Amino acid sequence: MPTVSVDKEDLYERLGHQYTTEAFDQLCFDYGLELDEDTTEEVNEAIKRGLPTERSQLKIEIPANRYDLLCIEGIARALRIFLKKDTPPDYKLVLPSGGEERLLTVTVSPEVAQIRPYFAGAILRNIKFTQRSYASFIDLQDKLHQNLARRRTLVAIGTHDLDTLRPPFRYQAQPPKDIKFIPLNKNTANTAEELMTLYEADRHLSRYLPIIKESPVYPIIYDSCDQVLSMPPIINSEHSKITLNTRNVFIDTTATDETKLAIVINMIALIFSEYCEEPFTVEPVRVVYPNGVTTITPSISPRSTTAHKSYINACTGLNLSSSEICTLLQRMSLLARASPNSDDELLLQIPPTRPDILHECDIMEDAAIAYGFNNLPKTFPSTNTVAQPLAISKLSDLVRVEWAMAGWIEVLPLILCSHEENFEWMERVDDGTQAVKIANPKTLEFQVVRTSLVPGLLKTIRENRSHALPIRVFETSDVVFKDKSLERQARNVRHAAAVWCNKTAGFEIVHGLLNRIMQMLEIPRIPAGDKSMETGYYLLETDDPTFFPGRAATIYYRAPAVKGASTPTNIKHHSRSASASDTKIGVLGILHPSVLQNFEIGYPCSALEFTLEPFKKEINTVWTAQR
Amino acid sequence: MEAVQQHILNVLEADAAIRDTRLLILPGDTVPAKSQDTQLVIQGALNSLLSKDMVSYTIQEEITHVLTAEGTQIAKEGSHEARVWAALPVKGDGTPLSKKDLQTIVGDDAAKVGQGRAFKNGWIGKDGDGLVKLITTIDDITQRELQEIESTGALKAGDKALAELRKRKLAVQKKFLWFTVHKGANFSTALEKLETDLTVEMLASGAWKTASYKKYNFDAEGAPTNGGALHPLLKVREEFRNIFLEMGFTEMPTSNFVESGFWNFDALFVPQQHPARDLQDTFYLSDPSTSLDPPSDLYEKVSTIHTVGGYGSTGYRAPFSKAESTKLLLRTHTTARSANLLYQIANQPGGFRPTKMFSIDRVFRNETMDATHLAEFHQVEGVVADRSLTLGDLIGFMQTFFSKMGIKDLRFKPAYNPYTEPSLEIFAFHPALNKWVEIGNSGMFRPEMLEPLGLPKDVRVHGWGLSLERPTMIRYGINNIRTLVGHKVSIESVEKSAAVRF
Repeated sequence: MPTVSVDKEDLYERLGHQYTTEAFDQLCFDYGLELDEDTTEEVNEAIKRGLPTERSQLKIEIPANRYDLLCIEGIARALRIFLKKDTPPDYKLVLPSGGEERLLTVTVSPEVAQIRPYFAGAILRNIKFTQRSYASFIDLQDKLHQNLARRRTLVAIGTHDLDTLRPPFRYQAQPPKDIKFIPLNKNTANTAEELMTLYEADRHLSRYLPIIKESPVYPIIYDSCDQVLSMPPIINSEHSKITLNTRNVFIDTTATDETKLAIVINMIALIFSEYCEEPFTVEPVRVVYPNGVTTITPSISPRSTTAHKSYINACTGLNLSSSEICTLLQRMSLLARASPNSDDELLLQIPPTRPDILHECDIMEDAAIAYGFNNLPKTFPSTNTVAQPLAISKLSDLVRVEWAMAGWIEVLPLILCSHEENFEWMERVDDGTQAVKIANPKTLEFQVVRTSLVPGLLKTIRENRSHALPIRVFETSDVVFKDKSLERQARNVRHAAAVWCNKTAGFEIVHGLLNRIMQMLEIPRIPAGDKSMETGYYLLETDDPTFFPGRAATIYYRAPAVKGASTPTNIKHHSRSASASDTKIGVLGILHPSVLQNFEIGYPCSALEFTLEPFKKEINTVWTAQR
Repeated sequence: MEAVQQHILNVLEADAAIRDTRLLILPGDTVPAKSQDTQLVIQGALNSLLSKDMVSYTIQEEITHVLTAEGTQIAKEGSHEARVWAALPVKGDGTPLSKKDLQTIVGDDAAKVGQGRAFKNGWIGKDGDGLVKLITTIDDITQRELQEIESTGALKAGDKALAELRKRKLAVQKKFLWFTVHKGANFSTALEKLETDLTVEMLASGAWKTASYKKYNFDAEGAPTNGGALHPLLKVREEFRNIFLEMGFTEMPTSNFVESGFWNFDALFVPQQHPARDLQDTFYLSDPSTSLDPPSDLYEKVSTIHTVGGYGSTGYRAPFSKAESTKLLLRTHTTARSANLLYQIANQPGGFRPTKMFSIDRVFRNETMDATHLAEFHQVEGVVADRSLTLGDLIGFMQTFFSKMGIKDLRFKPAYNPYTEPSLEIFAFHPALNKWVEIGNSGMFRPEMLEPLGLPKDVRVHGWGLSLERPTMIRYGINNIRTLVGHKVSIESVEKSAAVRF
């Protein structure tokens, strides 16, 4: 959420009331703003100590969709209306003397289509800036650039002293070497090509260069004497820059997104129109597109829409009359009146400063805010349902409790880890088919989503060197594997894992832990070579570089046959091998010394890890959305 | 130890009482037990005897003085001034010593301090550029006094002299304990061996009937248990799960960390230009990087609501691309899953039925980490979907939900969230911090999200969420999240974390 810093004295003067910090905090809370900070104490302290200081500021967090509140002018207006000290302003477009004929015209060239196709302009006539309103005007542009305009990628704003320019204007796109002008705050003319190199060192402007850098043509705005106004979205020209003495401001906005263009030009022009000699008036601009289409910008007419008393009451749980609702909405700057045709219908005029209103639900919310969320009747939904835990959660909890009762400590390492931890350090090879990889991590700690719980357990042991031996830690949590068959190309698998660390490796300890949980799950152990048992688990020695040779085993599970399927053959094999239908569910073994070395562990360790998925018990469904 | 006990009993038998344990000569020693260490040995023996009521004793306290390291050195080698004096030749007998040479002989510190005092005492004087003795014998009072303190712990010269030595950091005060001993109720000179425990042999032989037992120290810790422990964060998770289950909620299947831009954002009516979708905030995947297509009819509806609106909404009227929708990412909230489940509920055989669902599972944010933020955390989420729910229902429900955790004082602030309208931030009064703190977010899902999923128009859906870590950190008084989650957590802290009882 954006934070706006406003001058405290100015704001209270605009609101016509000196608030205590607590009272203003409450007002903000009720309206949906958040008072982050009041710098008064800091400022007073500085004054007492004779230090230079700015005036007291209120730092106010505003909702991210309320662009009309990004400056003191907007906040003060909204709150005055909310406090019923004002009514919403009636913004007007005023044609120049001489009428429509004399409108300032901006002609858009076809080439801009490849880089920044949309243009809108507006003129503020006979404006009077003060030091602080001027600063606010600049600041609002910056706030809009950063937020709604997504760092100037979607929309860029330029403001000019109109009296230094000769209309009509042209918005076109040219190869950078053909553009040359004196940019803002410089005194020599440079080509656009040179400027792009020059600004690479500029901390502020360098961020915007990539928006047009690779384009064969750059957007550029000229007046009728070929004087450059600006090269959006990078820089304005020095020639037309506005000052405190500027009386007539021309605002140019260029965009790749037409909707946001309209929002931005409305915000900047309408909010600052309050400083015009005739407040709340804006002189429009004619924009002529290459296909002959002509638009008049800004388009400030309120949007007519309807809302319904029944809907607002049903959503809020209130029982308000149409006129009560209209009064509430007026406090939120929405002009509403009861429809002459229907008792239920309300006719609304959504002001051009409120593009956040998309749907009737936004109107309903505004009514509820004006009524006061904390004044609403508190009821309890009558929705009658039966509780239902997930099968995998119940199974996981069973393992957790059994292992904790067996004397093991549950730990909680992170799910994201480095590629090394998940593969190289475990002496495992990444064949590219298993781990999900992150494209944009901020640190190398987070390169992959883990495919095994053991690295996290080993890191935990490494960080707990001072703990008395033996260390026995476990975790039951999800790992993630790639899965091309699924919409999201990956699936979570619930694993259980444990690591024992002591002066002796203790294979039999983790082995015992496996036996214990199988006993609790009523999974019998299948003796060597037995093919007849219907279900159970067994271990087979395995070669696995993660583990010490001869001290590693794969855990196999034989799931009970689905009823109706063929029964297993009753033949005993003497060779130790897995039946084709049995599945590998995990591994256990003494960790290889090189793995221990990789994780900087000086004591022998044994590890156990297996999937819990086959042991999930289907819960009799009362109701569940699971397919 | 037993010899000491026996000796004490013998002396008591002979003298009826021991007025001052400092006068005792312990077995094997030839001098009285004057040091504090021996007195503590005696106290150990007395405690043993006391536990059998064989003696009673009172603790006597005396303030004594002991020497500092510097004081000990002076007691042994003489004061700095005496050492300076000793180093110099008598006047007229030998070459006067330069200051530099004096420093070499007695050391920098002694030369500096000693010269001043020696001059003041009239012991030494200047002779040309060098120093000489003025008198042939001196009385090194400092050394004498310190030696007296070293042997007796006191100084006859009195408190003033002691205070001076303390000021010079040569001696410090020390508490000295000694004891006065009397016979106890069970006094006897026969020191009986006491049993510490009841054993199987005693049961078999019947010896338990006649044996004497050592008193049990009920103030000591018992033996540590050897069970395991569950992690504190997951203990809090269990409490939250229980609250949801008590309130009739179904647990949502949330086993999919990987989501597509479509389910994580688009389906929730989060515009494709929203800052949350930046690389700065969300972990995107490089491998695999693209999801399969979402259900095509749904995709059509969702893309329409974003670009041109519908269902009574203007929509965002912003560009919308399939490439953005099919980007794979690590889910930033479990609400991605809720959207998917609401879609299933809307389209289940027989159509929509009311539901209450919850989940507590991990979510991921590509944030810069600090004391309270990690790149992954647990989101607690609740969803209630029914016809004709009201905002009052949501607020009333939150009151009940949080009161089950003992949080009664709530207030609600209007907020903005792309997929809920109204959106309410939940604040609770924190008595310890004496202020309102934000504890969660809630709201009613927007029709632009619900209707494309196929939910009937009159179905309203409440959703709320909070992190599991924050209430857990408050519960256990933890300031740094790394001491709660991750591999740096100490195993001992897991073993010691108390049960969670909201």
